[in-house]
This record gives sequence, C-alpha cells and structure tokens, in this order.
Amino acid sequence: MAFESLSAFIAMEGHGPYVWTCYAVFFLCLVALMLQSLRRRRALLDEYRRALAQRDRAARDNARTAATFTRVDVPQD
Amino acid sequence: MWQFFHKLGSPKWFYGIATRLMPWLLAAGALLLLSGVVWGLAFAPKDYLQGNSYRIIYIHVPAAFLAQSAYIMMAVAAVVTLVWRMKLADVFVKAVAPVGLWLTFLALFTGAVWGKPTWGTWWVWDARLTSMLILLFLYGGVIALGRAISDEKSAARATAVLVLVGVVNIPIIKYSVEWWNTLHQPATFKLTEKPSMPPEMWVPLLLSVLGLYLIFGWLACIRMQSEILIRESRTRWVRELVMAGRN
Amino acid sequence: MTEHRRRLASSDVGLLAAMKAVFLRDLRVAFRQRQDLVNPLLFFVMVVTLFPLGVSPEVSFLREAGAGILWVAALLSVLLSLDHLFRHDYDDGTLEQLVLQPQPLFLLVLAKTLAHWMLTGLPLVLLAPVLGVMVHQPGNSIAVLCLTLLIGTPALSLIGAIGAALTLGLRSAGVLLSLLIIPLYIPVLIFGTGTVAAAAEGAPVGGHLALMAAFLVLALTLAPFAAASALRISLSNS
Repeated sequence: MAFESLSAFIAMEGHGPYVWTCYAVFFLCLVALMLQSLRRRRALLDEYRRALAQRDRAARDNARTAATFTRVDVPQD
Repeated sequence: MWQFFHKLGSPKWFYGIATRLMPWLLAAGALLLLSGVVWGLAFAPKDYLQGNSYRIIYIHVPAAFLAQSAYIMMAVAAVVTLVWRMKLADVFVKAVAPVGLWLTFLALFTGAVWGKPTWGTWWVWDARLTSMLILLFLYGGVIALGRAISDEKSAARATAVLVLVGVVNIPIIKYSVEWWNTLHQPATFKLTEKPSMPPEMWVPLLLSVLGLYLIFGWLACIRMQSEILIRESRTRWVRELVMAGRN
Repeated sequence: MTEHRRRLASSDVGLLAAMKAVFLRDLRVAFRQRQDLVNPLLFFVMVVTLFPLGVSPEVSFLREAGAGILWVAALLSVLLSLDHLFRHDYDDGTLEQLVLQPQPLFLLVLAKTLAHWMLTGLPLVLLAPVLGVMVHQPGNSIAVLCLTLLIGTPALSLIGAIGAALTLGLRSAGVLLSLLIIPLYIPVLIFGTGTVAAAAEGAPVGGHLALMAAFLVLALTLAPFAAASALRISLSNS
C-alpha cells in the first residue's frame, strides 16, 4: 500500500480531486457506453419478437375466421 | 483458410461466435482493468516528480492507446470493405466508430485534468493533446458521413474511403503538430517523462491497457451484433434466434 | 468490346487531350458564371477584415498574426468554393458521362481539380499581397506568404476534392464537407504559417518550402484516386 490511511488515499496529497474526477468520469462513460450497447441489442430483439408475435396472432385470427366460415356453411345441408 | 475467410464474412456465424465469446471478454477485461486500476491507485509507488497526480496514467494511457488503435483497426476493416466487400468489415467500422470517439474524448478529458496539477492549466496546446483533438474530429467526420448517406452500401464504402484518407493523414498530422509545437514553445511539457518506469509502475499499466482492450472487444462484439440484427432482420436465422429467445 | 475500348482510349481521344478538354470546359463554364468566381474572393477579403475589427487593429498584433489570418481565410474560402467542384456537373448529368469515359476517371478528376485551383486558389494567391500589406506584413514575409499559398492552395483543392466527391448529392453537404475536410487541412495550415513565421525570424525557408512541395506531390498522387473512387460511390448512390 502506498498510502498510510484511507483519508490519505482519498486526499492523494492534494491531487485527490483531479485523480478521482478522472476515474469517476472514465468509469461513468465506459459503463454508460456498455449499458447503452446492451440495451440497444435487447431493444432490437424485443422489437422483432413483438413484430413476430403480432404476425403470429394475425395468422391465427385469420385461421379462426376461416374456421367459422366453414361452420356456418355446415347447417346448409 | 479460404473457408475460414468465408465464414468470417457470414454475419450469422459471427453472431453465434460473439455470443459465446462475450462473457469471457467481459469477465477477463473487467478483472484485468479493475486489478490494474486498483494496483495503480493504491499500491504503485508515488512518482517523485508529479506526486500522486500521475496515477491518472492508469486510465489515460489505455484510453489514448485504444482510441488510436481503434482507428487503425477501422482502417484495416475499410480496406477489407473496399477490396473484398465483406459485410462484417463494414459492420465493424460502423459499430466501432462511436466507441473510438468516446475513448478519444476520455483520453482528452483525463489528459486535461491531469494537466491542471502538472502544468498549472487545463489545456495546453501540447503536441499530443492537439493530435488527439484532431483524431476526435476525424472520428466525428466518419460518424457524420455514415449517418448522412441513407443507402447502406454506399454509406459503407464512402466511410471506408474517408477512413483510409484519414489514416494516410494521421502520421502527417502527427508530424506537423509536433513540428508546430516545437516552433511555438520550447519542448518542456511531457506527460510521461521517463521511459525507464519501474516495474511496480508499468505492470499495472499493462494490465489496465489489456483489460480495456478486452472490454473494447466486448463492446465491438455487442455493437456489431446490434448492427447485424438491423441489417439481417428479414432473414430466417434472425427470426429463429428471436423465436428461440421467446421461451 | 475491349478492342473497341482500347481504340477509343488510344487513338480517338488521347489521355492528355481528354484532360485538356475537361480542364478547358470547366474554365469556360466558370467564366460564364462570373459571380461564382468572385464570391470566394469577396469572402476571403471579408474574413480578413473581421480580424482587425474583432480582435485588434494594433500594428504589433497584426504583424504577428497576419500570416495566420490570411492562411485561415484562404483555407475557408477554398472550403466554401468546393461545393461547386462537382455540383453542377452532378445536377445536369455531365458527371455520369465523365465516369463512363474510357479514360481513367482519376485523371479527369485531376483535370477538374486543377481547373478549380486556377479559378479559386490562384486568384487568392494574387490577392494575398494586397491584404498582406493591409495587415502590416513586411515585404519579405509577403513574398514568402504568397509562395506558401502558391504551393499550399493546390493541395487544399486536391484534398477538398475528396470531400466534395464524398458528400455529393447529400442534404446539408456544405457543413458535412467542412467537418470532413478541416481536420485534413490542418497540416497544410501548420506548414504554411510555420514557413512564414520562420521567414519573419530570418531563418532560411528552403527546407520548409520543400516539405510543403512534398506534401503537394503526395496529395497530387493520392487524392485524385480517392476522389475518383468516392465519385463512383456517390453516383451509384443516386
């Protein structure tokens, strides 16, 4: 350990504000960039999933209406 | 060899490989970066000239290093785009350019904050800071051009040309800025004076550079995946991927 | 087909003849629209005027900063004129015909760029001594300044041609063009003003001028290729 106490570590002999600002901004930006990239991929996947689900539902609805058509047809004979 | 090359061009193959690779990249990168930073902050000895402010080096140098090598990687990808028209290469350029821009900004920011205790001022028109600023402009130009062209294929090829023109210019810019710097002020300021750093100082630096490299790899992978998803949204494999993720 | 092409390239219209034709045509078209020729020059003079008004009319300040001011103003007015380099030909379809010519496109681009320099860069160089006197430059500095502009402005036109070709047909092409090109102009600016500064201190400038000439030769050999491929990309875009 290059420092004698935690307060000495934080103060860094007066250079503390500079060092800690740098580290804070660096990790903030890095983590924000990583989170944004993760979230973008997830948003894309979610969007496609929703679109697919909608298409599936539309297809199922179509199938059902077709089925009711045939059932209406049945009593005729 | 050629089969591998062919596979490398296939977005589907890359997506799968990236998914498998990414946890490792993230874990190893975070471990290396954090251990390098903790070692550098708490355990490395104090610099006898600059005192403790030199500890900024453990993030400044990795950011600056990656900002520059990301541009070189983009240039390699640009050659591949123009010569072989490989889809993945241009996906790489598009995905990585914003990351490079951020890293350049971080290198500049940490450099400026480091300059305050060392030189007594936030900004010095030092050769290295100035050429990093110009690198920031180059990244900005690449991103702006890519966004301005609506057609995907011509956007890719136009940015590839711009990246290559930039990479030819980078050594010239560097040389000219250094020449200008010596012309205007005596060469007094240097961020890292001693090439003979003791190992307690440079080993943590090496760790954090490697760590940021791996995290950069992770970022490149995930951003390329997003870009691939956009471009291939109508293909069957993307549909299957989305379906598989549903349940 | 190839036979036909070869004949077209070799005998019917030679390379130099084609370049000359493109060059002369651009000059002729430009002289029909004189206002476009005068605008960059007016801009040049106005930007230079802003500095004594905006910063200081002191002789000491102007003597020190004058060369830099002239260089920045020249750079900006070249930048302003670049939008015209391919724009008209793009709008009326001439450019597509140019691309279809059997002659290599980069040579035709080179001819167009040289014409552009004759129409903007050269007048700037000729105007520079007058403005140099107005910003209190000593005679020796003015001579060196004109020499650096003479070597530097062709490089500006050549590098700018790449940007003009890349941004052809885009919305807000003008601003984008500046964003792309200004970073690439920085070395020319540095060497141009550095040479004048060295001359003002009485140092020999032969080496500096040779360096600038080397930069110009590099731009002359590489930029037309980049601009030609950028043109093809932009044309396939539309």
